[in-house]
Amino acid sequence: MRALPSERPGAAAQAGNRAVPEPAGRHAMPQPALTASRDALRAEWLKLRTVSSSAWLLAGMVALTVGVGAAVMAANRCPAGTTCLEDTTKLSLAGIQAGQVVVAVLAVQAVTSEYSTGMIRTTLTAMPRRGLLLAAKALLVAALVLAAAVVAVGASMLAGWLILPGHGYTAAPGFTGLSLADGPVLRATIGSVVYLGLIALLSLGIGTLVRDSAVAIGTAIGLLYLFPVVEAFVSNPVWQRRLERYSPMAGLNIQATTDLKGLAIGPWAGLGVLAIWSAAALLAGGLALRLRDA
Amino acid sequence: MTPASIAHGRPVASRQAGGNPGAAFSSVVHAEWIKFRSVRGWVIGMIVAALLTLLFGVFLAGNASIGCGPTLSGRACLPKVPIGPGGEAVTDSFYFVRQPLSSSGSLTVRVTSLATRISGGGQAGPVGQGPRNPLADMYKGTVPWAKAGIIIAASTRQGSSYAAVMVTGSHGVRMQYDYVHDAAGLAGEVSQAAPRWLRLTRHGDVISGYDSADGKHWELVGTATLAGLPGTVQAGLFATSPSYNKLQPFFGGAHIQGGPSQATAVMDNITLRGHWPAARWTGDNIGGHGNSPGTGVGDFRQSDGAVTVSGSGNIAPLVPGPGFYPTATIERPLSVIFIGLIAVVVVAAMFFTAEYRRGLIRTTLAAMPGRGRVLAAKAVVVAGAAFLTGLVASVIAVPIGISRARNQGQYVLPVSVLTEMRVLAGTAAMVAVAAILAVAVGAILRRSAAAVTTVIVLIVLPFLLSVTVLPDGAADWVLRLTPAAGIAIEQSIPNYSDVSSLAGPAGGAYPLTPWAGFGVLCLYATVALAVAAVLLRLKDA
Repeated sequence: MRALPSERPGAAAQAGNRAVPEPAGRHAMPQPALTASRDALRAEWLKLRTVSSSAWLLAGMVALTVGVGAAVMAANRCPAGTTCLEDTTKLSLAGIQAGQVVVAVLAVQAVTSEYSTGMIRTTLTAMPRRGLLLAAKALLVAALVLAAAVVAVGASMLAGWLILPGHGYTAAPGFTGLSLADGPVLRATIGSVVYLGLIALLSLGIGTLVRDSAVAIGTAIGLLYLFPVVEAFVSNPVWQRRLERYSPMAGLNIQATTDLKGLAIGPWAGLGVLAIWSAAALLAGGLALRLRDA
Repeated sequence: MTPASIAHGRPVASRQAGGNPGAAFSSVVHAEWIKFRSVRGWVIGMIVAALLTLLFGVFLAGNASIGCGPTLSGRACLPKVPIGPGGEAVTDSFYFVRQPLSSSGSLTVRVTSLATRISGGGQAGPVGQGPRNPLADMYKGTVPWAKAGIIIAASTRQGSSYAAVMVTGSHGVRMQYDYVHDAAGLAGEVSQAAPRWLRLTRHGDVISGYDSADGKHWELVGTATLAGLPGTVQAGLFATSPSYNKLQPFFGGAHIQGGPSQATAVMDNITLRGHWPAARWTGDNIGGHGNSPGTGVGDFRQSDGAVTVSGSGNIAPLVPGPGFYPTATIERPLSVIFIGLIAVVVVAAMFFTAEYRRGLIRTTLAAMPGRGRVLAAKAVVVAGAAFLTGLVASVIAVPIGISRARNQGQYVLPVSVLTEMRVLAGTAAMVAVAAILAVAVGAILRRSAAAVTTVIVLIVLPFLLSVTVLPDGAADWVLRLTPAAGIAIEQSIPNYSDVSSLAGPAGGAYPLTPWAGFGVLCLYATVALAVAAVLLRLKDA
């Protein structure tokens, strides 16, 4: 929280003056929408930027994604002379399963930290349009996560490009390599970045709904991991398919580049399922924010 | 001392013994218990943990009804599985060339070859209908645990007590008895050039197995005491070969390939000592009547003092995982304990971090300056509550799960009462130790978000990665070295080294023994508690 104390009061007061001519009136004097959203964005950006944990978490997300991804790749090996059916793109991007936890923490904290410090009351006084406030937060958190995700996903692909050929994943058994010129590989790469952005929105929605950081983080991570853990133990193929189709982590199907017919849900449709989860969480969070006292 | 008894046993005012460093530990625990029970969210969190485990556990235990034939399904399909002397479910199918032995005595043979043939036709036929066309399209191949040699059995009933010494496909000479005991003898494959001499001697209940490469120099492989062996036993030559399953790895899953196999062994130089009243060999296809693993086909031929035996099946404990019978383990409903664990971890971490957030920690430490004691008291309270939560969930989920699985036609592998108690109480203990870890990490990091994330990433993520993306070898190491190893406490059927099992962690087979796995989790919790105690002392609140 380095720069926070010096900059915060000014920014808050400024925004407050413009947004709320009469402190009590939520419906007072409609502001030109553009100015209000710009102010909301600027205020939220200031908060996110000046909290040192944001930078740490983003760096941690990149490190965890690339680190776990590299470890998984190092553990897999295709012995010479055998047919390996691994999807090398998916293998390269396996670290996302760990990195998404940090994204969830960052997004949840973006809203719950305001509740734990009581900051939320100041924020809502300065920016009484709660929907706009949440939209501004969502936009900025998503933008930050997307930027970091580009680095994380790019570095993971690079690691795959460096590690996998040394582990037997060469052209001989039929691996096309990880060329971004290959349509499905490009789709998996871009889709993984989008996936992390959607996880951020999902977590932000849960954070707004739950308001407590620990409970919100537990809920977000629990929701992400619940489906794959249950799926790993279910023996009934019908239920396996259902769990795979409707879970938020169905979004990870965007990483599949081989055996697309065997997937319970297609790559884009899977990402769509996650988008629906995220939209539902944001909507529920937004409603709760409107209806409840801070 | 249970938390409940403290709550009702003492007045709240005992907290005001504050400032007294010598205050009894029980009053510190009491104070912490009041904090715990009076925050509604924490109690709800524990109830949610139990409900999540129960709900998903019961769902997991039975969600696939087994069909057998056009009209039968569910309970009607339950196989009649033989039970071994130790109470465990066993596979007991082999071709037995036998005659009664009515006294002490011995049996010696020379094995000159063991050949195995594998069915190429995929899986065995549907349960209850027997294998389809068992001998069609078989090809030569190595089955590592194909077995042939000599055996002394209490009777020809499946599951009866026995001791045998045998040659195997690729594990050398072994002495095995009563299904779960296995000792290694001479290594190397048997062939005409490198025959193996095998000998079993019986003195009352005690059977000793010997092997030799030349029939002159004998080595003791093992000794078995088979309690309650009848006076007249069945002894002779046998051959059997288990279903051959190969896991074809596939990203995020695997395809199973294989089918029944058949072993054919040639034995000569047969020497009998003692009282063998029948004086001639009888062939019996033990368990080879349709509903058993293997081809169900076996045979023996005699010529010039040599006997050729061929058989299919196995003499071994029945293990979970893909196989001939649809089997389930009693702990199956508890495999989703990780979901409930997330809720417990959230509550446990907050139990410490909430004090920092509200500044209550200063009041707490003013009242009870012994910081180590406060930490210990919090750990005791949370562990108690978490244990209770885990116990309630497992005691309800397991019986419901077992009955659901049976109703759907899955054979639930039987275990002893002691093992069942270890699974139930051990699961609760695992939840309790994970909660202690969360309290300690909360005390170290002081921030609930960081503590909850750290503990979940330490326990749940390694497990998830090892059942999804990691290959077997790496998954085993992850489940040895991370706190996720604690899940091993739930495993009710041991990993038998002599049974090829395809069940990985998702099938309930973990790389560490139950108590070793639990010990790894305890080690993490102990180290975290020690670090937390030191930091609490060194840093201002």
